[in-house]
Amino acid sequence: MTDKTISEKADYSPDLERKWIFFLFKGRPETISLILLVMICGAVAFINPSFFNMSSLVDIARASVVIGLFALGVFTVLAAGGIDISFPAIGALAMYGVSSFVINVFPGMPMILIILFSVLIGATLGAVNGVLVHGLRVPALIVTIGTQYLFRGILLVFIGTVWLMEMPSQMIDFGKFSLFEIEANSGVTVSLPVYFLVFPIAAITTWFVFNRTLMGRAIFAVGGNSNVAERLGYDLRKVRIFAFGYAGALAGLAGVIQASANRMANPFDFAGIEIGVIAAVVLGGARITGGTGTVFGTVLGVLLVTVVNNVLVLVGIPSTWQRVVVGAFILLAAAFFVLRDRKSAL
Amino acid sequence: MKRDANLWMLCVLIIVLFGFGGVVSGGTYLSLFNLQSMAMQVPEIGLLAIGVMLAMCAGNGGIDLSGIANANLSGVASGIFTLSLIDASQDPLLFTIIFVIGCMVIGLLGGILNGIVISRFGITPILGTLGTQMIFTGVAVVLSDGRSVTVGITDSLYSIGNGLIFGIPSSFILFVVIGFVLGVVLKYTPYGMRLMLTGANPKAAAYSGFPSGKIIVTTYALSGLLAGIAGVIIAARNINVKWDYGTSYLLIAILIAIMAGVRPEGGYGRVSTVILSAVVLQLLSSLLNFIGLSNFVRDLAWGALLLCFLAVGRFNLINQILASIASMRSPRATE
Repeated sequence: MTDKTISEKADYSPDLERKWIFFLFKGRPETISLILLVMICGAVAFINPSFFNMSSLVDIARASVVIGLFALGVFTVLAAGGIDISFPAIGALAMYGVSSFVINVFPGMPMILIILFSVLIGATLGAVNGVLVHGLRVPALIVTIGTQYLFRGILLVFIGTVWLMEMPSQMIDFGKFSLFEIEANSGVTVSLPVYFLVFPIAAITTWFVFNRTLMGRAIFAVGGNSNVAERLGYDLRKVRIFAFGYAGALAGLAGVIQASANRMANPFDFAGIEIGVIAAVVLGGARITGGTGTVFGTVLGVLLVTVVNNVLVLVGIPSTWQRVVVGAFILLAAAFFVLRDRKSAL
Repeated sequence: MKRDANLWMLCVLIIVLFGFGGVVSGGTYLSLFNLQSMAMQVPEIGLLAIGVMLAMCAGNGGIDLSGIANANLSGVASGIFTLSLIDASQDPLLFTIIFVIGCMVIGLLGGILNGIVISRFGITPILGTLGTQMIFTGVAVVLSDGRSVTVGITDSLYSIGNGLIFGIPSSFILFVVIGFVLGVVLKYTPYGMRLMLTGANPKAAAYSGFPSGKIIVTTYALSGLLAGIAGVIIAARNINVKWDYGTSYLLIAILIAIMAGVRPEGGYGRVSTVILSAVVLQLLSSLLNFIGLSNFVRDLAWGALLLCFLAVGRFNLINQILASIASMRSPRATE
């Protein structure tokens, strides 16, 4: 529901210049995420200097990959005016399905094919979401709650419920293959695995889709106001299926990486991850009603949530507080963005 | 007739499920004990479903995702508070009263927080209740250190969850009474009328001068109060309360509301159908248990059922079927 004319007029209102802080953040909502991230990192480093150790930075980088891939998908769906909470189930289904397929049917499957297969499963399930959301004309939240249970149920009823501990060697090798290794001062070698690169590559791809392709424009248009977009000739069905399918594909990718990194496939994995991921996307400045947001902001939001999840213990806050902190962040960020919109609309 | 299609369908479903269950189980499904134990399981989820219904009726993307988290927080916080205040073995009645009041107050406060977050700060209900869900769960974890809290040891509290009045579980009676009162409130008070009209057309409601902020806060406060009462029943039935109880309740509450024909975009929903719908779901759930299917099958079934009912609502299938039956009987009587 971005009303372009109103917000553009607001640029010239003298009232706004007094509210310079909102002026600064207007149009660049991710600035606030960046400032918050820098502030938190600064505070943590001040309290506990070991935060800037190579090992804890690498830990954060590693932890951000899976949540980052999910977040890029959720961002795409949010931008298109929907919401997706079935992605953990899609990720788990793709991860477990592909792993057990490789183990039982095709042990020699090359890694690249494994990844493609998982992405394909994810994209298909995502497209199912898109078709249902478009066809049923009900809020995407309710549809994806349904498909979340459907996908997870299919996984647990028809594919399997036991943990797969004997992973195929090519997946383990992929998870272990490191980009660089550093000898930390404590004598432990810290290595950044090569799969970390998947996150920046996916981010750049998503950025490309949104900023350099017609589909990206169409997603923002549909998310901003689907009625107007439809009258302008955008095919809502195609846009929604693409957005949900893309999110599903990223979830499938995240599944393979999770399995390779952990050297096991747990069919109950990712349960409950959705709130943290949605929090990351919203903290990155994407509006939950659609039509706005940037990939850069989403990446910042992911880093913010990962840092919060990882550093609470470093600063001496018990990990039981983690949910409260993330929940408070969601509400504060949401309230801030609403306030900013209101000020700029005045 | 047209608006009550879901009510009729649910009644038919109840009869069918009873019949089918009776045949499949050879009568044990219809035994008094099984009926009682099924009736005991309905209230906690039914109350949460009514809460979801109220939030959906308010329209504008209204939904309450924080229900079960709020119920768990109520039980945990009130339990810890009451346990530290009163020795349950010495004064069981006082313990129960304070625990119940504590649950309801905490649930109500949680609901008011939701209402304020949504109406005052203008945060989208999905996001707002997602945030409060996280906060409620988080506070419950912090308070209890992630452990379960044992509260339901006193007789009077136990009897709320497991007692029988004329052979009917007292919690079920409580549930129906609450549902009846709420149904009357929604139908005959200005608040109820305004809630539905706001949901049906927010713009018209705003121009008619409805106090939308007040309506939203009241609605979410009611939903929170229901969650608090659900917290009492959960504590009474399970003896323990824990922050992660009922993880699938969120889906089931929404499923019940959708099955009851509540419109997710707002403006229509009836408490009586929600109660029936909760009963249908419980019958189905017990039936799946009787046949010996795993919980995973049940989750799969709930997901599929939710999507089916969304399709039913979308394409208005019930009325179409009813109309085609009517037209078969007398070709000229199609409305």
